[in-house]
Amino acid sequence: MSALNLKLIRNLWKLKGQVLAIAVVIASGVAVLVMSLSALQALQQTATAYYERQRFADVFATVKRAPHRLVNQISALPGVRSVEDRIKQMATLSIEGFEEPVIGQLVSIPEQGEPLLNNLVLRSGRLVSLGHPDEVVLNEPFAEAHDLQPGDQFKALMNGNQRSLTVVGIALSPEFIYSMGPGALMPDDKRFGVMWMGREALAAAYDLEGAFNEVSLGLLHDSSPEQIIVKLDRLLESYGSHGAIARKNQISNWFLMNEIEQLKTMSTILPTIFLAVAAFLGNMVMSRLIATDRSEIGLMKAFGYSNWQVAWHYTKMVMAMCGVGIVLGWLLGAWLGRVNTEIYADLFRFPLLIFRPDPGVFAIGAAVSLIAALAGSLGAVRHAATLPPAEAMSPPAPPMYRSSRFSQSRFGLWLDQPTRIILRQIMRSPWRSLLTSIGIALSVSVMVMALQWIDAIEEIIEVQFHQTQRQDMTVGLVESQSDQTLREIRRLPGVLAAEPMRSKSADLKAGHLSHRGGIEGITDNPKLQRIYDAQGEVVSVPPEGLILSTRLAEKLDVQIGDSVWVEVLEGKQPKALIPVVRLFETYMGMPAYLHIQAFNRLMGESASLEAINLLVDKNQLSQLYRSLKSLPRVSAVTLKDAAVEEFNETMAEMLMVYISFFAAFACALGFGVVYNSTRIALSERGRELATLRVLGFHSGEISYILLGEAALLILVGLPLGCLMGHGLGWLMTNAMNTELFRIPLVIKAATDATAVLVTLGATALSAAVVRRRLDHLDLIAVLKTRE
Amino acid sequence: MSDSDSSSIPDITLQGQGLTKVYHTGSVDVHALRGVDLELREGELVVLLGPSGSGKSTLLNILGGLDSPSSGEVTFRDMRISADDESTLTRYRRDHVGFVFQFYNLIPSLTARENVSLVTEIAKRAMDPAEALALVGLAERLDHFPAQLSGGEQQRVAIARAIAKRPDILLCDEPTGALDSQTGILVLEAIERVNQEMGTTTAVITHNSVIGEMADRVLHFADGHVADYQENSLRKGAHELSW
Repeated sequence: MSALNLKLIRNLWKLKGQVLAIAVVIASGVAVLVMSLSALQALQQTATAYYERQRFADVFATVKRAPHRLVNQISALPGVRSVEDRIKQMATLSIEGFEEPVIGQLVSIPEQGEPLLNNLVLRSGRLVSLGHPDEVVLNEPFAEAHDLQPGDQFKALMNGNQRSLTVVGIALSPEFIYSMGPGALMPDDKRFGVMWMGREALAAAYDLEGAFNEVSLGLLHDSSPEQIIVKLDRLLESYGSHGAIARKNQISNWFLMNEIEQLKTMSTILPTIFLAVAAFLGNMVMSRLIATDRSEIGLMKAFGYSNWQVAWHYTKMVMAMCGVGIVLGWLLGAWLGRVNTEIYADLFRFPLLIFRPDPGVFAIGAAVSLIAALAGSLGAVRHAATLPPAEAMSPPAPPMYRSSRFSQSRFGLWLDQPTRIILRQIMRSPWRSLLTSIGIALSVSVMVMALQWIDAIEEIIEVQFHQTQRQDMTVGLVESQSDQTLREIRRLPGVLAAEPMRSKSADLKAGHLSHRGGIEGITDNPKLQRIYDAQGEVVSVPPEGLILSTRLAEKLDVQIGDSVWVEVLEGKQPKALIPVVRLFETYMGMPAYLHIQAFNRLMGESASLEAINLLVDKNQLSQLYRSLKSLPRVSAVTLKDAAVEEFNETMAEMLMVYISFFAAFACALGFGVVYNSTRIALSERGRELATLRVLGFHSGEISYILLGEAALLILVGLPLGCLMGHGLGWLMTNAMNTELFRIPLVIKAATDATAVLVTLGATALSAAVVRRRLDHLDLIAVLKTRE
Repeated sequence: MSDSDSSSIPDITLQGQGLTKVYHTGSVDVHALRGVDLELREGELVVLLGPSGSGKSTLLNILGGLDSPSSGEVTFRDMRISADDESTLTRYRRDHVGFVFQFYNLIPSLTARENVSLVTEIAKRAMDPAEALALVGLAERLDHFPAQLSGGEQQRVAIARAIAKRPDILLCDEPTGALDSQTGILVLEAIERVNQEMGTTTAVITHNSVIGEMADRVLHFADGHVADYQENSLRKGAHELSW
């Protein structure tokens, strides 16, 4: 090995502390990139494979009742590959040991053979068999929530008849990756469960022999779902169709894609921030490190090494340091990517997992880090290489300082000399000082951004569950019911207040823009389910006109005063042009409201309702549950407390992983910045500090000079970091704005404080490490050597 | 402490007895000091003369509390200072010793006055920084930064910094080593003045034998011990020296 390479290796070994600190920072950037992108790819690939393997349908349509023979006509539509007609019904379940009513979504499967579409993945037991109408296969999450096994039994109220059902199998389906009850915002596996029953058995129970009420279509690869939906809607129009939807609007898939979309945002924005920070640090550290090697560079040139050889020598050093970080980042990123994917796969209950990280991801991480570090060192190497050897070898002239007006001021004169040293040091290289402060600030800002999620979720819960929904529970009804049902429910034990609500699926159209969603009817001045504007006020309900969420108004590009075509997809499918009278901001979904009486007029119906919001006496819950379970018209019971808990749990599960990753990375950044800058300052100014020790300063007193400077820069960095954190939060919440969720930009003072404290902790730790070196400063050696 | 003493022989300020120093570097033991006895008396100027590597710097470091001997004792007045106690050594340096180095070691971010203040701020009976600088002939250069001063001026700032706290002992390690002879003499004049006007016990290390002529005593160093010893009955003034 050449002497120069040996020198390189020994230098790296000597600098191992710093090499490691730089490597940790670079590794963080690379790891976040590899982790995010590989997890994202794995989830996309896994979802696609799952959908393909189980033949997940491309188009879905619900009707009231259509004859089975219609299937032939649907199959004949151009572009359709396969058709599966099914029966889907809701039932109220009673499960032993669980007091609250549970809603069951019954879906038919053939008693013999596999379905053509939406095939199940059997996890245990078997599928249903012919001639056993009480057999059901349960969706795994639901079975697990209630600890139900094949062989177990439970009761179900089906079409007014109490039945005892037997579990024969546990399965998963691509159709119900997210299984949500009617009106729910989050999956609640305890209170809503999907189960599959034999086609014949279900048809018999709901008087649908020779008929279906739901149809799924598999399409040929090159056919467009939109065109087929138009034709399908025409075909099903007279059978009470609610309008067909493409796979992208299927609720479970929509949630899944939303989730993946959010992951995608995270995996582009966050690694960019991290790599930028890592690059910035690599840049800062490398340039200072090489600057301290000035006399060795002079020596090498004196021996006859060319500028190019000198530059290559240091390039290799940068590459080696960077290489350690990159390899570390690769390993960490691949591992975290796998862990992350597993967490998501578990959350989505994918029965398979494809984790094949793309080598391209690794290459991008490595290239970005390397280029950034090399760019940082380029200036320093060039500066060192172009110095005439004699000049490089002689000690640099004492750096120039200037007396500022500040030091002549009364405050300036009052300062002691060590403080003066600190301030002049900072003033002399303001750019470098600023960079250090920015490095700290970046660490704080990443932390603020990560922790901001917790505040945002709290805000969503406050607005959604405390300000908007003041009811204890919502009772969903089977189809539209008359006022009579409201009166009946009001008489149930424990009901303190009840308010009706209407809800129908509808297309809302303005010009060429349209949105398929729903429209809700609400009483004027409701006490329970209110329209609450996220800006902090309750929106009153005028007797006429639409009240739109701002996100929906944006999507339709309408404002107050504009009119929107409302095309109801249910009942008589009325259409009307209704003016927009109010807008309000909400964080979840894109609701549209109408006064309940206006809703009734639109539908051409007398007073009707689809749901009832209840305020209940918690002491009489058991009786209330029993009564609700026996009411045949009840299709769903949603408890607010359970919804909040479920929301919290789901969010916590998904976010905690991210938050803890980023907290750890932010700490690594803070540590890396402070360690490197103090460590370099120490090597640059060891002589000065040793002189002070010789003059009789204690090691505590000289620590003040070195660490005081760092502390001052940290002090500047902390508020700057909070500011930048708010900026990053804004960037992130904007990027995360989907139809399903808007993440509010809420950052509490406590969040800033936590971020500041954690960063302080990380920086204090690195300061302590450097402080220990000050205790072992070799006074004699430092004084003997000439800079 | 010796104010009341009327004897003609001044008190011993600093004493080293049987000092040895062995550096273990790898598998080789380097004997830098091989048993040195010496005493510095109140107010005298001693020159330690010797080639590089003879151990004189090691001795100075030990006398100044920068290093501890492998064996032997250093006594400052009644205080033993060879203890391996970091804070005792720091206090000794802070209160009693002034250092002047070959390479000045000024703090570049502080002006001449502030460099001196650095020491006076932590000393017990310090003089005014301007007064100390006037003593070394720099009354006009108080607010200049090191980068704005010549080598000789920088060295005189270092001397002012060393004496501003009115040390009991002034230790100078090759103070003229980095200077031309003309500037070197200016620096020696400053040392001489401090020694005579303030009565500070002074030890100067040098390999330049001419400087020995301005001393009360000259100790010749070789191979880690005092090889020869010479007392000048008549001290030359620094301005009379030339090399």
